Amino acid sequence: MQTLNFLKPNRDNIKNYSIIGSFLVLVSLIDVISNAFLKVNLTSFLPGSLTSLFPLIIGLIGLNMMRIDYSGNKKLDLLNKNINTNNFNALLTLVILFSIIKALPQSLSWMIFDATISGDSKDACTGTGACWTYIKVWFRRFMYGMYPNEFHWRINTAFILVIALGFVGYFMKENLKKYLALYYVIIYPVIAYLVIYYLISGGSFGLQWVETGAWGGLSLTFIVSFFCLIFCFPLGMIFALGRRSNLPVIKYISICYIEFWRGVPLITVLFMSSVMFPMFLPEDFFMDKLVRVIIAITLFEAAYCAEVIRGGLQSLPRGQYDAAKSLGMGYWKMHIFVILPQALKLVIPGIANTFLALVKDTPLIFVVGLAELAGMLALAKTNPKWLGFAMEGYIFASIVFWIICYAMSKYSYNLEAKYKTER
Amino acid sequence: MPDPIIKIQNMNKWFGDFQVLKNINLEVEANKKIVVCGPSGSGKSTLIRCINRLEEHQEGDIIVDGNELSEKTKDIEKIRAEVGMVFQQFNLFPHLSILDNCTLAPIWVKKMPKKEAQELALDQLKKVQIDDQANKFPGQLSGGQQQRCAIARALCMQPKIMLFDEPTSALDPEMIKEVLDAMVSLAKGGMTMIVVTHEMGFAKEVADEVIFMDEGMIIEKADTKEFFANPKSDRTKLFLSQIL
Repeated sequence: MQTLNFLKPNRDNIKNYSIIGSFLVLVSLIDVISNAFLKVNLTSFLPGSLTSLFPLIIGLIGLNMMRIDYSGNKKLDLLNKNINTNNFNALLTLVILFSIIKALPQSLSWMIFDATISGDSKDACTGTGACWTYIKVWFRRFMYGMYPNEFHWRINTAFILVIALGFVGYFMKENLKKYLALYYVIIYPVIAYLVIYYLISGGSFGLQWVETGAWGGLSLTFIVSFFCLIFCFPLGMIFALGRRSNLPVIKYISICYIEFWRGVPLITVLFMSSVMFPMFLPEDFFMDKLVRVIIAITLFEAAYCAEVIRGGLQSLPRGQYDAAKSLGMGYWKMHIFVILPQALKLVIPGIANTFLALVKDTPLIFVVGLAELAGMLALAKTNPKWLGFAMEGYIFASIVFWIICYAMSKYSYNLEAKYKTER
Repeated sequence: MPDPIIKIQNMNKWFGDFQVLKNINLEVEANKKIVVCGPSGSGKSTLIRCINRLEEHQEGDIIVDGNELSEKTKDIEKIRAEVGMVFQQFNLFPHLSILDNCTLAPIWVKKMPKKEAQELALDQLKKVQIDDQANKFPGQLSGGQQQRCAIARALCMQPKIMLFDEPTSALDPEMIKEVLDAMVSLAKGGMTMIVVTHEMGFAKEVADEVIFMDEGMIIEKADTKEFFANPKSDRTKLFLSQIL
């Protein structure tokens, strides 16, 4: 009977089975790799469709033989637990693995081996691969938009200053810590605004005025996201508290606000802010388009923030409110010291979600004529000298956005870990 | 006879259509210890939650330390600051250390200087014997330790009255004793206390008066010895026979 047992491996014959199994998997991998990279078909002796199925079948049998519960071998157990729990999962593992291997050579050769990066015009791109020359030539435009080249240092300086000011909280003395929230909610945005206004806009201190229409590229993405993020959070907090208020006027104003902004699409809000809104303003009153757009996005995202924060407020047990009240705390003290610190900690993942969505929504400002990174791409790809490189541009933009968003989500995990006080 | 510190007259309270408290009359003199007992759902907790207006009553008067509690009461926070409360579920603030739990309200409500508040808090924590845990967070403490911290937190406000809402009901049997010990020593210190509890041993040891409630009414109110020796109503006898 022992010989019939080959589909049911166990601990007794672990050595044979794991060796034969891994050998079979290895064979299947070699077959697929040689097929994809060297264009050599090792199994051409097999009839038609069997050729393509051969690695899959061999691999499945191999994985089946390796599937031994509690084998005692840590690596084998880990492998079995994660990608080889049953035949179906083993099949999925193999299909995904083979697909990646098959797709790798083409994408690698397009992105790297056949790609061009030398030269500074379209003529350099003669190969079959990607034309990174395009990105290289347009790089400054993608970063700074139509901002004059000789003034790019102003944007860089402004950003470095703003980031440095953002870190002030870390170095604040202990006795100033209680003003931390005040600093980040009120003082910091004002300083950041002034820095950006005087350095990037210019117009005074001997710096030439650059109108906001010329701003663009990744720096504009940063400016819009930055201001929207720092303003929408406190605003959302106010509306979240408002919606839970016992005072009917405040409560219904908050509900109306939240439901209104959640009900309209961002793109119409942006249109309204740039086309309709100026009509209602007095004639001699001027508000920059960029400012209007930032206000529009802030108001829009604040509604989402408010609902996320309200979720956190609702998840706190009533006892926390009771305890704070019984100690003689009023509404504001109770919320500032007891309720909000706990609720905000709970909503870090939700807030991070909203913020990531916000950053990725900024390309929409293209509809009102502001070209941040994705907007610059759209402009660049229609440039007659550089037609046909949309793919490279969008891959570049995806990578940039992915890096930004991944950094943000990593930061949110750090915050979560930092404020974790439960056991 | 001195003026009572808590005076409740003809108080009625409804939750929606359901009347939880029916015609409550109660007077508590300063430094007295009252134990409230009765089956669950009888309105004991609601009664003491009304005393610091965590629940609102609809009819009748509640006068705490000379202040009447009603919708018009402006400085409800000031009254609450003088009435400490300990809850069944401890309700410590999990994001603050034990010490910060105790100093938060003195610093921000009573405007006490930070150093003074910390000294006071450590003093109170020492009395309930958890001063060595001061820098831990509530989540790292056992239930009994958490409840003792909750008592210390309430005492840091230097209240005139302490309310206890089933302080030992959520605890393991071994931990009940350490919390009761803390309460007994507090009672011996002369604090005015109203305690909702099922711990009849505690009632016998420290209570001046015992109140028995059922279905929202005060069925029986008597001196402790009298209450246990010869209860008058049949309902009380039944209750005592089950619980003792």
